[in-house]
Amino acid sequence: MSGPLEVLVRMVLTLALAMASAAMLVWVERRLLAAFQDRYGPNRVGPFGLFQLVADSIKLFTKEDWIPPFADRVPFILAPTIIVATGLLSFAVVPFTAAGALVDLNIGVLYFLALSSVSVYSIMLAGMASNSKYSLLGAVRAAGQMISYELAMGLSVASVVAMAGSFNLREIVAAQEGLPYVVLQPIAFLIFLIAGLAESKRSPFDLPEAENEIVAGYHTEYSSMKFAFFFLGEYLALVLFSSIATALFLGGGNGPWLPTIVWFGVKMAAIIYVFIWVRATFPRVRYDRLMAFGWKILVPAAILNLLVTGALVVAGSAGG
Amino acid sequence: MPPAEPILRELQARWGARTIRQQRTADGVPTAWVPRDSILEVLAALRDEVDAPYRTLYDLTAVDERARAETAEGAAGTALPPDEDGPSDPSPPDAPPDFSLVYQLLSYDRGEDLRLKVPLQGEYPSIQSVTGLWPAADWYEREVFDMFGIDFEGHHCLRRILMPPDWEGHPLRKEHPARATEMQPYRLPEEKFSAHEEAMRFRPREWGLAEGDWAAPASGDADENEIKAAIGSGDRAIDGTDYLFLNLGPNHPGTHGLLRLILKLDGEEIIDVIPDIGFHHRGAEKMAERQTYHTFIPYTDRVDYLAGVQNNLAYLLAVEKLTGTVVPERAQVIRVMMCELFRLASHLVWFGTYGHDVGAMTPVFYTFNQRERIFDIVEAVTGGRMHPAWFRIGGVAMDLPNGWKEMVDDFTRQFPPSVKEYEDLLVGNAIFRSRTEGIGRMSLEDAISWGITGPNLRACGLEWDFRKKRPYSGYENYEFDVPTAEGGDCYSRCLVRMEEMRQSLRIIEQCAKNMPDGPYISEDHAAVPPNKPETMANIETLIHHFLGVSWGLAVPAGEAHARIEAPKGNNSYYVVADGSTMPYRVRIRTPSFAHMQAVPLMSRHHLLADLLSVLGSLDYVLADVDR
Repeated sequence: MSGPLEVLVRMVLTLALAMASAAMLVWVERRLLAAFQDRYGPNRVGPFGLFQLVADSIKLFTKEDWIPPFADRVPFILAPTIIVATGLLSFAVVPFTAAGALVDLNIGVLYFLALSSVSVYSIMLAGMASNSKYSLLGAVRAAGQMISYELAMGLSVASVVAMAGSFNLREIVAAQEGLPYVVLQPIAFLIFLIAGLAESKRSPFDLPEAENEIVAGYHTEYSSMKFAFFFLGEYLALVLFSSIATALFLGGGNGPWLPTIVWFGVKMAAIIYVFIWVRATFPRVRYDRLMAFGWKILVPAAILNLLVTGALVVAGSAGG
Repeated sequence: MPPAEPILRELQARWGARTIRQQRTADGVPTAWVPRDSILEVLAALRDEVDAPYRTLYDLTAVDERARAETAEGAAGTALPPDEDGPSDPSPPDAPPDFSLVYQLLSYDRGEDLRLKVPLQGEYPSIQSVTGLWPAADWYEREVFDMFGIDFEGHHCLRRILMPPDWEGHPLRKEHPARATEMQPYRLPEEKFSAHEEAMRFRPREWGLAEGDWAAPASGDADENEIKAAIGSGDRAIDGTDYLFLNLGPNHPGTHGLLRLILKLDGEEIIDVIPDIGFHHRGAEKMAERQTYHTFIPYTDRVDYLAGVQNNLAYLLAVEKLTGTVVPERAQVIRVMMCELFRLASHLVWFGTYGHDVGAMTPVFYTFNQRERIFDIVEAVTGGRMHPAWFRIGGVAMDLPNGWKEMVDDFTRQFPPSVKEYEDLLVGNAIFRSRTEGIGRMSLEDAISWGITGPNLRACGLEWDFRKKRPYSGYENYEFDVPTAEGGDCYSRCLVRMEEMRQSLRIIEQCAKNMPDGPYISEDHAAVPPNKPETMANIETLIHHFLGVSWGLAVPAGEAHARIEAPKGNNSYYVVADGSTMPYRVRIRTPSFAHMQAVPLMSRHHLLADLLSVLGSLDYVLADVDR
């Protein structure tokens, strides 16, 4: 019964899963950071502080939803919705289950990259519409950073696509039945992870919202649910990157004994754990070094990796 | 009789005993009065011409002399010593000064201080600025102007520094009220609030900047309103370049307190920085003039609020010089131990927050854990934590509690691996090094002339530590090294402090191991109230206790200056006593003030992110800047 009802159910399930995991992640991250930092973290609301999330949501809902008088109203309101929308839309192609993704798109990888490019608009619009200097600085940093690292990310993904011979995430996962690409493509995996950190604006690449320097960067002027949308957007991005990384490099839900979705979750969690660990450990890089690192190291390395992969693939197909 | 100090002899040989009039002080610092018209010449000679010159203007302050019972020796108005060299002085003495200006010079080559005082006459006197000799005089002269209304001719921007720009009066003048009861009730209606806000607006011309320097076209004849509008909106095309003016603070997560930095940015590159301080000013110096010597102790804790009893010590050393109190040996060792614990605590806060400044969120939790252990000891010993106010004139407030040694030993045993962990976590990190190496570089020469002290000076390569060079409180009895580094950048400042933590720990270990027996406070009843039980023994001690507690101690007239190696640099108290129970004037010279003044020097042409590296590496506390 692959009628509209089933599509609807799967849509709702996927979105609920994405939203729930993003929301849970807030709690997970706070608890994990606390563990890294010799403290307890939120442990008062509900068992293990699990309902902290509820308390936070109530707080955010009831805060004054303030639009600064000097802001440009329409883009100011539009900006936070874009980041959540692009984040959620991307989940359509993530192959969580054995049945594949919500939409079995044969250009799934491109779709993901395209939406991640669109999300830059959210940051840019927020920064410019706020009409505040800190926001502007944050937005300029974010735009430069995201566009630069997108390139490295695209190139690293291209090597995987070349090996799998498909843009379809389900097929890429299927191609890793024997050996996940993290073994065959370790450089691409590393580049993808670093670029993912930068794309999701996480430490040590959290320059667009570096509080010590530019207060809260592009969302300095946001409050209440509009701020919560940016917050949610960032965690969605984290879930998304870890799930795409799982699909591209860790063989998606492939694994013995356990159901696909569990394997997928475990692998995602491992990546998220690394992201949080990195956040607890590293200082923030400086803007010019971030750009230099992106353009002078990551992009050349990704190109080289792609060239070698391409040559091997061509040689392999010619030979075989 | 010519003065014993070679430098004063040298000055008198050149300018004569009429120009250089010696004053003997309780602290033994060579001190002389110099007339207003000669001071610039004398200072210039001291900075450039004498052997081993006085390169540092350590402090510059003033005293309102008008309410003083007895004029200081050597000031105009008193007769010259009869056995003076040279021709006898037939001219009648001048009138006593209304104000005196105090220049404290320091020569690292000689390892000596020199204090020159200038008598000033009149309601609002004026004198030439010495900013031409020492750029660091800029803020000190502004402070004297702000506090006393003394005008400095030739100062490029003589505006208020600590008080709000629209404040009325000059607080450290004796006629300025010190108590709320002497003033009208404070009200803040909306229009007054707006006026205050408006007064805070940044207008380049008021900061001694030509409009062309800061914001507007070089022609400088642009319409002022237009410029204001341009500055207000923050951008304006100048020679095809748009600068961004960023008002960083007074509330900003990266400034460690209330500090306003006005930035002129080209993209993210810092073209210029103007620090605007005073938001944390509490008037500690004015408060000193209405507290007894004893009751002022708690106020000192709050000057550098991370260094606790170190502040007590600097103040008490000055007072003890005036009273001539000898501190018992046990009290000395207790003082040193507590001071070093607080140095560690202060450095731990610095390390944690510095990590946070460069974006590493974890170190602060690790260091605060260790700091909490230190505070456990401090709490057991003093009953307080950050502000124990525990030192007393002549010793400390009470003896060490039972079990103190085990606590200290436990702490010193478990601490060293932590320093190693901090180094592994942050100092060795490649990102951290790239954020600090070569950033905020300061040459040793600049550091000396800008009055940089403490770890920040040692990071420029000069091995100078007051604990070694002018041992106080028995520091000569301890084995420890004075770490230095080369380069004077943020990274070397960091290395110096990391090593200082280890050295402080060594001192604490030695204190705990060799704690002598004996009294914990002096028994000199002229300076210290007798123990309460003793007061029941005879009428003498009863009277001493009654007077000492109800009125406060009368400290003999004179002046003394004490400086210590506080965690952040050289902290010094200059106490002027006029024989009453309250200080006539207390001048608090703090390291952070001098360091903050040098921030623009260190951050120009770096990026915005580097400004935070520089600020963090200096280890300042706003309460210490503003007092």
